[in-house]
Amino acid sequence: MSSQTLPQYLLSNSRLSQRVSFNEDQTITIRPGKVEIGQGIVSAIAQIAAEELEINYSRILISPVDTSMSPDEGATSGSRSIQEGGESMRYACAEIRHLFLEAAAIKLRLPIDSLKINDGMIYGDQKELGVSYWDLVGDVNLDIDANGRASPKSPDAYKVIGSSVPRKDILSKVTGAAFLHDISLPGMLHGRIARPPSFHAKLVSFDETPILTMPGVKRIIRDGSFIGVVAQREEEAIKAMMAVEKHSRWIESAALPDMNNIEQFLLTQKTEDEILKEISSSSSPTRSQISSTFTRPYLAHASIGPSCALAWWHHNLLEVWSHSQSIYALRDELAKIINLDPQQIIVRHAEGSGCYGHNGADDVALDAALLAMQMDGSPVRVQWMREDEFAWEPFGPATLVKLSGSVNTDGQITDWHEEIWGSRHIGRPGRQPQPGLLAAWHVSKGIEPPLPLDIPLAAGGGSQRNAIPYYEFPNCKVVNHSIQSMPLRSSSLRALGAHMNIFAIESFMDELAEIANADPVEFRLRHLKDERAIAVLKAVSSKANWNKDYKSDGSKGFGVAFARYKNAGCYAAVIVEVFVAEIVKVKKVFAAIDCGLIINPDGVLNQIEGGIVQSISWALKEQLQFDRTRITSLNWEDYPILTFSEVPPVEIELMNRPSEPALGVGEGVTGPVAAAIANAVANAMGVRVRNLPMTQDNVIKAMGA
Amino acid sequence: MSNPFNLRVNGVDYVISADQNTPLLYILRNDLQLFGTRFGCGLGLCGSCSVLIDGQKMHSCDVPLWDCVGKNIVTIEGLAKPNHLHALQQAFIDEQAAQCGYCVSGILITAKALLDQNPNPSEAEIREALDRNLCRCGTHNRFVRAIQKVINSS
Repeated sequence: MSSQTLPQYLLSNSRLSQRVSFNEDQTITIRPGKVEIGQGIVSAIAQIAAEELEINYSRILISPVDTSMSPDEGATSGSRSIQEGGESMRYACAEIRHLFLEAAAIKLRLPIDSLKINDGMIYGDQKELGVSYWDLVGDVNLDIDANGRASPKSPDAYKVIGSSVPRKDILSKVTGAAFLHDISLPGMLHGRIARPPSFHAKLVSFDETPILTMPGVKRIIRDGSFIGVVAQREEEAIKAMMAVEKHSRWIESAALPDMNNIEQFLLTQKTEDEILKEISSSSSPTRSQISSTFTRPYLAHASIGPSCALAWWHHNLLEVWSHSQSIYALRDELAKIINLDPQQIIVRHAEGSGCYGHNGADDVALDAALLAMQMDGSPVRVQWMREDEFAWEPFGPATLVKLSGSVNTDGQITDWHEEIWGSRHIGRPGRQPQPGLLAAWHVSKGIEPPLPLDIPLAAGGGSQRNAIPYYEFPNCKVVNHSIQSMPLRSSSLRALGAHMNIFAIESFMDELAEIANADPVEFRLRHLKDERAIAVLKAVSSKANWNKDYKSDGSKGFGVAFARYKNAGCYAAVIVEVFVAEIVKVKKVFAAIDCGLIINPDGVLNQIEGGIVQSISWALKEQLQFDRTRITSLNWEDYPILTFSEVPPVEIELMNRPSEPALGVGEGVTGPVAAAIANAVANAMGVRVRNLPMTQDNVIKAMGA
Repeated sequence: MSNPFNLRVNGVDYVISADQNTPLLYILRNDLQLFGTRFGCGLGLCGSCSVLIDGQKMHSCDVPLWDCVGKNIVTIEGLAKPNHLHALQQAFIDEQAAQCGYCVSGILITAKALLDQNPNPSEAEIREALDRNLCRCGTHNRFVRAIQKVINSS
């Protein structure tokens, strides 16, 4: 093996000692480059390290990403953490194991090939004569670069990978403090930001005098339209923030689109257009052609815990604690905005509330930093209020997809024409020269937020993710229209464009199946070539006892959908049962998933269950509310999500393929679930709901359409 | 009522000096360093700040300090005995009932309040009791399974 075959992030962070250190108490600390965002990923990476090092999983401690010492593995996003962060740890630990084996061979005077390792003890025939990693620490130099000196274990030798070892973070979460939100530094003060009432409101006047005399208020920091307050106690900071609202006047403009006519807004914006696919061939005569238009509204990440950060400026050093997905990029953007050298900033990851994409984590880190820079020597903690989180987080963008297609007399799709209108999806730090962090818009030197980007389709895409159907059609054209305006702040939300594109494609597949008089499962199978895709569809049909002759009584229905995430990631097939009376209720969900090699089956199930439930919530209930000036979804009453009584039973079949690469599962089900629900509603009532969410209003509108 | 206030939290007596209208949430977190009770919405809509006050589940973001005097307050930190987790906590670990875990302490507190009042609730009753605790990661079914496990083993 040569260094050319090493994983990308091991090549760029090749020092072995950076990833693993051996502690005196016979534990091992690993430093992954990926962060825990509620998905259990660092425990899975620990499992990989335990496997390659041949030690007990319980000996592994995990050091969160810290810009002063951890490998820089980019953002933790796109369900790529196992592929990227897991692989770099796997290869690094394989080399470390080999270096210890070499040292043990010398010490034990045995050939290296005769040595075995059991829980860090290296020995020949007699275990009691062996030496441990910790005995050999002085003989092994890990301050060297990975060079491909040893290969990782073969999957058929795995002992820890593939087993459901418990996550390492759950004990603290069921007993008390566990989050960044729960860190308290000596002398820590509390900050809040009095945000403008709408995106581009300008501050006209502000009288700070009455606020300065409020109990506990230490400082008011104003820079342009940015107003922060710092107080001794948290509730004092909140009161001061609310007082700022009373004592400030703003000019606002009605710059938001009509949320009830998002279709018209999207179709009238200036766009940049890209043809994603165009193939044509002569085909047999077309029997029928149909067209449909699908929309989704703006969606909120809506983490239960509003974003939080700590910042501490002391001795010309800025220390920041953040639950960002992009720790290194956040450091670099903070440096640009505050005019510091990146080496003067350390950003440390600590866990936040569940993260489903680019939320307020990076923005609140800048808020805390701006306040801390004015409070030399005192750490400042800022947590957003619920209203801040709803009004200011970057939303998942509204999207429209137009589809038309034809089937021939053999029931095969002959033509597929698809056009997408919406924003690009990636606005997270580090992707563009110009920072997009929120407070930077409002300070006096005001940085206009750049429009979000998409990464190339080959790397997963953004708005164009899963835009190209995974099915085989003789004539297929897919065009993406990226709108060049951002009236509502938007960025990455779980699955990015894949959610809406798959919702549209898989809904339309059922519409075409209907005109072909075909069973939806069989109709999909006849357009698929990939055996793994076929296998998940067959598996879910059998698990759900799919009945192709089922006739609805007008209220109960079944729907199916399939996708391969990013057309290169995990395979997901879903069958949903709904009951429609006054509203749509999801009664049961079945899924079959192929994500290649499974590191931790229970962890995979947990992620899929979560993805299914969140997607049901988006599909049935969620729509960000706004008038022409302000966001009006400010709390859970204005943005309801699925509750315990509404969550259906979920049954999942995992198709383990140990010889295939491990693929992330966090985002693979979101699109198929939405489409399967719409297909089930159509099956139940004969009504096709093409506008999300499938609320009572939208179902009634679809009935009249 | 005037400063200071006497509070009893997890069986321990504390003397607190703070504005009488301070929400209990901030007293627990910042004065007593009991961080398992968390801010979620400040309006009593999400349940992440749930505590037991005289055995009743309450939203600590919505309860002023003055109203807590003389009452028995239990937080997530008060569920376990030394070296011995509460059966609900153990069941949550056994079922790996968490994704991000931010809502978990509120859910455990709500589950404890439910089981103290009704040791044998149906699944529908469990879900109904938890309807004002929001979970965004979609861990609902695991939470319900963990609670049922405790019911079935007692």
